[in-house]
Amino acid sequence: MICAPADSPALDESAREKITQLRDVLEASPDIRFITELRYQDKPHLTLIAALPSSAKERDAFENMQGQFFSSDSAPEAILQKSFAEELLGKRRKPGEDDTNVAELGPPLLGKDLVMRYAERMATPGPAITASETNGTQNAVSDHADDVAGAAYSVISREQTLKIVGISDLDPDSLRGPGRARVFLPLKFAENLHVMQATSLRDNSSAAANTPTYATVSVRVRSAKNVATVENAIRKMGFNTFSIVDATRSMRQFFAVLDLFLGIFGSLALAVASIGIVNTLVMAILERRREIGIMKAIGASDVDVKKLFFAEAGAMGVLGGAVGVALGWTIGRVINIGTNIYLKRQELPPEQIWFVPWWLVLGAIVFALLVSLISGLYPASRAARLDPVQALRYE
Amino acid sequence: MTSVSDKSKQNGSSVVSTADLCRHYRMGETLIRAVDGVSLQVQSGEFIALLGASGSGKSSLLNLIAGLDRPTSGSVVVYGNNLAELSRLELSKYRLRTVGMVFQSFNLIPSMNLMENVELPLRFAEVDRNKRASLAQTALHRVGLSARLRHRPSELSGGEQQRASLARALINQPRLLLADEPTGNLDSHTGMEILDLVREFNETLGMTVLMVTHERTLAERYAKRLIFLADGKLVDDQRNHEHETVPTLQGGRP
Ligand SMILES: Nc1ncnc2c1ncn2[C@@H]1O[C@H](COP(=O)(O)OP(=O)(O)OP(=O)(O)O)[C@@H](O)[C@H]1O
Ligand SMILES: [Mg+2]
Repeated sequence: MICAPADSPALDESAREKITQLRDVLEASPDIRFITELRYQDKPHLTLIAALPSSAKERDAFENMQGQFFSSDSAPEAILQKSFAEELLGKRRKPGEDDTNVAELGPPLLGKDLVMRYAERMATPGPAITASETNGTQNAVSDHADDVAGAAYSVISREQTLKIVGISDLDPDSLRGPGRARVFLPLKFAENLHVMQATSLRDNSSAAANTPTYATVSVRVRSAKNVATVENAIRKMGFNTFSIVDATRSMRQFFAVLDLFLGIFGSLALAVASIGIVNTLVMAILERRREIGIMKAIGASDVDVKKLFFAEAGAMGVLGGAVGVALGWTIGRVINIGTNIYLKRQELPPEQIWFVPWWLVLGAIVFALLVSLISGLYPASRAARLDPVQALRYE
Repeated sequence: MTSVSDKSKQNGSSVVSTADLCRHYRMGETLIRAVDGVSLQVQSGEFIALLGASGSGKSSLLNLIAGLDRPTSGSVVVYGNNLAELSRLELSKYRLRTVGMVFQSFNLIPSMNLMENVELPLRFAEVDRNKRASLAQTALHRVGLSARLRHRPSELSGGEQQRASLARALINQPRLLLADEPTGNLDSHTGMEILDLVREFNETLGMTVLMVTHERTLAERYAKRLIFLADGKLVDDQRNHEHETVPTLQGGRP
């Protein structure tokens, strides 16, 4: 999860520490990423560089890495993304065939040096010249305030040698990876470089001048279910948040709409079915008028007749519920088989996206029973009120 | 009224007692007097035939006594219960326990086999499930249908169906059997077989029988008392003189 500063507070070291101390937060690391030039064997390559916290080592994203992870969090070392490694070696990908084995890339590159050129952002003590000039006629307090708000830092061009320690086949576009960066540096090391980032130019918060602020901070939480609460807590601190959970929001919306539609169809089906039950039973009463007359003649009470039709309605409900559940289960099976065939083609592990829990089976049947019993109320009492003499005359 | 009914009133042993019983139907402007002021006493153990032309109100009177219908005016008292005062539930219990009914068209339930048909009144009487089967079996055995327990009514002859419906009528041991033309759909031989059974129950169980028929010969052969209806009115009530076994108390004719 990443949080970008909103209008009010500064997303600086103290804010980061506060976030770290939130419940269920495992780690909050500043997200450092910048585009710069890297020289390898005197050839310049422009690329996006990102910092990795040492905890990234444990992530399965770096499972298939060639070489090693950073020796320390502040070592001048780099891990390359596979495609960047290919670029350095001058390999060109043919379209269609995109799988070079990472192992091939290791030997020629591991242990080699890269030279990184970057712009260091340096805080300048005291008011900036431009600021005091424009506001010079005003009083000191406002002078100072404006000074701080101004660009009170300078930019120095620097060079840094990096040792290639690893090559990762991490998909640069994958959501799990650090978004599209192709070269990774250890976090502490990257932080100490004070690389000027794109967002720095827009930075006009008061803290900007003295303490560095982060454009974004990545927060790792204990488990997926904590994401929402942690997000809320961070939002309360005044920062914007974004998470994978947000990314799935549109999917969840889709399912919500789907649920709504199914709900509407379900209610309609329910209404139609209830009317169907009422109709069937009323018809049954008409057809079996004579039977009802006979039963009354041989001693059936109103309640006996009512019970009979109620039992019939209930049987209809249970049967309907059972058939419905069986049908739903079958449809679910078909969908599962279909998706698993698809997943298999995509070489993904099978998933059971559709399943019918036992409580739903039970619930559906009980619900169907209830609905049919309620629908049976009117027909049953109508049957019970039938005049036996009339009913017996009916042929 | 007749001297017979006067006498039975004095005895106070009436099973059924109607007083000025009326059942009128209003059809638009016209008023149909299906039962029109019938006063009748039936004594315990009697076998009565109710005779009359079609539309004379025989079935209507029987339905009133059976508690299937309520009188427009007058009263029906059966075993001391004024049916007009009973609630719907009490009436159904009365039909269940006190009377047994047999119809011209048998009125068995076609979707049930004979056992189930005969068990039905036991179910309404909430008799134990395991007791029901043996009771129904005994009843069907008594009417000679032991071999047809699992048959549907449609698989049986008319006579067999009427036997089954007799078994059903008797399963709760009623004290009063009401039969509405029980032989109407049967040939004379089969009809007599059925009435032999009815007479047997009348004589051995002391069950009072009130039977509607329009066959005078059958009525004279089985009934001990003949009651004639015309236009809803009781027009004649006589001892059956041909019935030698019953001692004639009085002349019978009014
Ligand atoms: N529900 C009713 N609505 C209107 N009139 C009725 C109704 N039930 C019976 N009736 C009329 O009451 C009269 C008596 O009918 P009921 O069925 O009692 O005659 P019945 O003696 O049994 O005749 P049948 O021998 O043909 O069975 C008839 O005229 C009949 O049309
Ligand atoms: Mg009739």
